[in-house]
Amino acid sequence: MVSLRVYIIRRILLAIPMILTLISIVFVVMRVAGDPVSATIGLHAPPAQIERLKERLGLNKPLYIQYLDYIWQLLHGNLGRSMIWGERPVLTEILEHLPATLELSIWAFTLSVLIGIFSGVFSARKHRKATDHAFRLYGIVTYALFIPWIGLILQLVFGVHLGWLPISGRIDTGMEPQTITGLYVLDSILTLNIYSLVSSLRHLVLPTVTLGIYLSGIFTRLTRSNMLEVLGKDYISAARARGLSERTVIYKHALKNAFIPILTMMGLQFAALLGGAVLTETTFSWMGMGRFLFERISYRDFTTVQGTIVFFALFVVMISLLVDVIYVYIDPRIRY
Amino acid sequence: MAPRLSISKLIVSGLRKLSPRRGIEYSFTLIGFTIIAIIALMALLAPFIAPYDPIEQNVGMRLTSPNAKFIMGTDNLGRDIFSRIIYGSRIVMHVTLLSMALSSLIGVSLGLLSGYVGGKPDSVLSLIMDSMYAFPSVILAIIIAYMLGPGILPTSISLTVVYIPTYFRMVRGYVLSIKESLFIEAARATGAKGRTIIFKYIFPNVIPSLPIVLSINAADAVLTLAALTFLGLGIAAPTPDWGFDLKKGHEFLAAKFWWPSTFPGLMIVLLTLGFSLFGEGLNEILNPRLREGV
Repeated sequence: MVSLRVYIIRRILLAIPMILTLISIVFVVMRVAGDPVSATIGLHAPPAQIERLKERLGLNKPLYIQYLDYIWQLLHGNLGRSMIWGERPVLTEILEHLPATLELSIWAFTLSVLIGIFSGVFSARKHRKATDHAFRLYGIVTYALFIPWIGLILQLVFGVHLGWLPISGRIDTGMEPQTITGLYVLDSILTLNIYSLVSSLRHLVLPTVTLGIYLSGIFTRLTRSNMLEVLGKDYISAARARGLSERTVIYKHALKNAFIPILTMMGLQFAALLGGAVLTETTFSWMGMGRFLFERISYRDFTTVQGTIVFFALFVVMISLLVDVIYVYIDPRIRY
Repeated sequence: MAPRLSISKLIVSGLRKLSPRRGIEYSFTLIGFTIIAIIALMALLAPFIAPYDPIEQNVGMRLTSPNAKFIMGTDNLGRDIFSRIIYGSRIVMHVTLLSMALSSLIGVSLGLLSGYVGGKPDSVLSLIMDSMYAFPSVILAIIIAYMLGPGILPTSISLTVVYIPTYFRMVRGYVLSIKESLFIEAARATGAKGRTIIFKYIFPNVIPSLPIVLSINAADAVLTLAALTFLGLGIAAPTPDWGFDLKKGHEFLAAKFWWPSTFPGLMIVLLTLGFSLFGEGLNEILNPRLREGV
């Protein structure tokens, strides 16, 4: 297993230039593409106030000093302090909102992968039949669904009209379980709190379905095309000839081999998941990172916006790292 | 046959009838093209077909439900939603077309150059492009739009930046794959200049795949633009815009006013669908290799 360790270390080292590039891009966008002063307080503020702000953000220093400062602070895990509400450290605020986003993402991602794989397999088995075309259309249509719009239709039908499910928030007020992980469903189970469990699950349904449907289309398409390719292989005919049941052939022999590209896509879709979470959270007043970012953009909290974006960037790199490492365990043929 | 399949059967047989003996791909392209054409016409002819002024407020007519006079109802300021939707197509078309033109121009040129030149500049540029590509596109657009402020041009620029890496990566990959091929080498041997090789020998080979990528990126751009304006970035009120109107209308949803948000959202979905159907259909028609297998 020495080669495996070498591979993982090499992969981690390769992530460093990527991280550096990403945070540099954020710096360039937030200092050079626009003016932090006007982005924060507008250009018509009193000169004294502008001066104070420049001092505060270090904008009086030369650009390269600002850049080195920025990198230096990041190396120390310092994402800056909020410009409103008592200058709380940005990282603290992010970590408060992270569990909400994780909870939504995990459920939505699971749902989308399940829908995608089963519909894709089904579609491939009915190749060129009406069902197959219908699922192909599903793959295209879901991609075109604007998240706030699906959310809105679901809210309208199941919340406003039928009154079955809540349309905003993570849990009914006062029902929050004792915080252990910050994931309400998990915390409710850990503290055996059935009321919080029901309440948080009810709140989860609509946002999860919204984000899940949006992401599922790409998995449907990918599973379908990979299954079609694999089903044409000789070893599938061989498996059938051996008299194995159709279920075994499809799920044990075919799907297993079609799975690697699907895993790649799962890693790539993670970025789409984060982008989608911003919209889903805003639509459902779900107090996660996305909603937090939106809120701070409207309050023009420059340092928090910058910190949050950097955090997103690091998050994306970490996930792609994780996916690459998982690969090696799943498919021993992969080595770089 | 189980009844649950009948609807999909119906749709598919309908689609088949649209384009007999040609396969479903042609119907996709045709439907996509029709949607794009209708919305483009809406944008061009907006002043002639909109029944009301999209900006003029009418306090007496606040939130009236769809009726014969206002076929999509009015919003919270008494403005006709149908007229706002027609005018809203202008912003979407303007920003989408502008950003697609700019991003393909920049992306393709950089990709050609970088791939052809190779070496250090190529690795640096690729690293930057790959990093931008890996970043969630909506979030990248959000920060750029946040820094640039509202307006059609700044918004188009933020979308342009988001889509440059797509073209860059595609073109660069292609250049690398044919750079060492015989006809390029022959051109070089006969003394052709670098510029000639890039524009006369490499670029024409890239062109066929451009319409597909453009169309699929346009679909994505419509969604990204809608996301920006939904979050209150990019286009400032009172300009009619689908994403912004959806957001405003959404505030009245809990009070059962469904029309101010549903219709603008539907337009976003329709236009995105138009571009993706067009691109997908085109892809399968122009790349028959895929059609064989799939």
